Amino acid sequence: MVELSHDSRPIIGRGPPLIATFVTLAIASIALMVTDQRYDQLERVRSWLTAAAYPVQVAVDAPFRAWNWLTGSFADRDRLRQENLEVTARLRLANLQLQRFAAIEEENRRLRDMRENSAGVAERALVASILNVDLDPFRHRVLLDKGKADGVFKGQAVLDGEGIFGQVWRVNEHTAEVILISDAEHAIPVQSNRSGVRTIAVGTGDLSRLVLPFVTGESDLKQGDLLLSTGMGGVFPPGYPVAKVTRVERDAKATFAIVEARPTAALDRDREVLLVWFKAPAPEPPTVTNAPAPAASAAPPPTTGASTAAAAPSTAADTTPSQSAPVEDAAATPAPGGPQ
Amino acid sequence: MNRSNFWRRILYWLTVAAGLVLAIVPLPDWLDPVRPDLALLAVIYWILTSPRIAGLGYAWLAGLFLDVLHGMVLGQHALGFLVVAFLTHRLQLRMRMFPIPHQAGAVMLLLALYHFIVFWTDGLTGHGYTGWNRWLPVLSGALLWPLIVAAGDTLTRRTR
Repeated sequence: MVELSHDSRPIIGRGPPLIATFVTLAIASIALMVTDQRYDQLERVRSWLTAAAYPVQVAVDAPFRAWNWLTGSFADRDRLRQENLEVTARLRLANLQLQRFAAIEEENRRLRDMRENSAGVAERALVASILNVDLDPFRHRVLLDKGKADGVFKGQAVLDGEGIFGQVWRVNEHTAEVILISDAEHAIPVQSNRSGVRTIAVGTGDLSRLVLPFVTGESDLKQGDLLLSTGMGGVFPPGYPVAKVTRVERDAKATFAIVEARPTAALDRDREVLLVWFKAPAPEPPTVTNAPAPAASAAPPPTTGASTAAAAPSTAADTTPSQSAPVEDAAATPAPGGPQ
Repeated sequence: MNRSNFWRRILYWLTVAAGLVLAIVPLPDWLDPVRPDLALLAVIYWILTSPRIAGLGYAWLAGLFLDVLHGMVLGQHALGFLVVAFLTHRLQLRMRMFPIPHQAGAVMLLLALYHFIVFWTDGLTGHGYTGWNRWLPVLSGALLWPLIVAAGDTLTRRTR
């Protein structure tokens, strides 16, 4: 293959001996691992390195994005028209719900103001798209195209249209890594929509399955129960759907029941997700005064007419399950609203 | 000598870069666990052909870039690459004499060691995944070895 000089190892005076380089670099990598795992000293180094990796990730993503764009622009007219019709229909329904929702939100805000606590209202959201990059086949992490430059922070909640998607795990300058709720290292506090039972849903490493390991045999959970986020821990906004219970198995001998649930968010199909900013339970004075202002200016128009009447019975019915009220109500409205 | 070494370095880095890109290109779900470690195979190949140019630092940096791209604990893949590169350096005079299938067997052992190191550090940092399919790249990498050798030999023949 090559001449002899290529395969002879350096003998004397040709750089450091192999074993010395090996030991130095081995110690360096172990030291790196320990500092990276135990302490947060490496943030700066990591941000430089990820800045170097960003062009590579974008380059990998680009052909897929271009293909989507191409197929998107040549999609046939019929399908677009069909989609348009469907979307219009859904929008009409959604607007109907929104009318009630606005009223309820106003009501909710007033109640919260009385309690001087405006926790749990998602006040700002940012759409981010998922880069077509495979991080690791055995972990459920995705890379978003928004980062520190867009104000994303570590531990931020990530939602999609149908429920909770995950949380931000690491923020880089222009990208953010998100850990999905189905990752085996992720756990989220949840509450049953029907019975109010609180527990924790843990990821399994399977996209379509969460387990609830701490449900006692007597807990009131049934197949089909919707699990909502409780907002405990301050990471996720309360009252958003997380998963639907798919299996409950009780064994008289065991302390805990075997409960499984399926995430409501389309974890494997999403291309776009929402990063949300919401009020953490402990409010700071300046942000509290900022938040109600847009809500108040947005709410009055729909609340003036008939929807105030709609708000009155709904508050009477829904005040008991405190935080889950708006979502529960929104989920219930399409049934009567649809046929009309 | 210096000039040609410079171009060789560039070539070696380019092949590793290609391997790193292929390490994060999305694949269909069933194919994802089988994905061979092309960057590591490239490193092994270059160490076998020209150990003086492709040193341990080169292997270590390649591993570090893989850590960054994967968002793993920094140093994890770097350590794996380093150990494999060290052993390849030690064995290279012997390994170059092996016929290709025999060489593929040796590469399989090296890959197994690499995956064991990654698995071990995964366990230490608390993300252990213990499914059998995490060992599939060892097999796919060994099967791919003859192709890597063929591709590498054509590349070097042209640049020399």
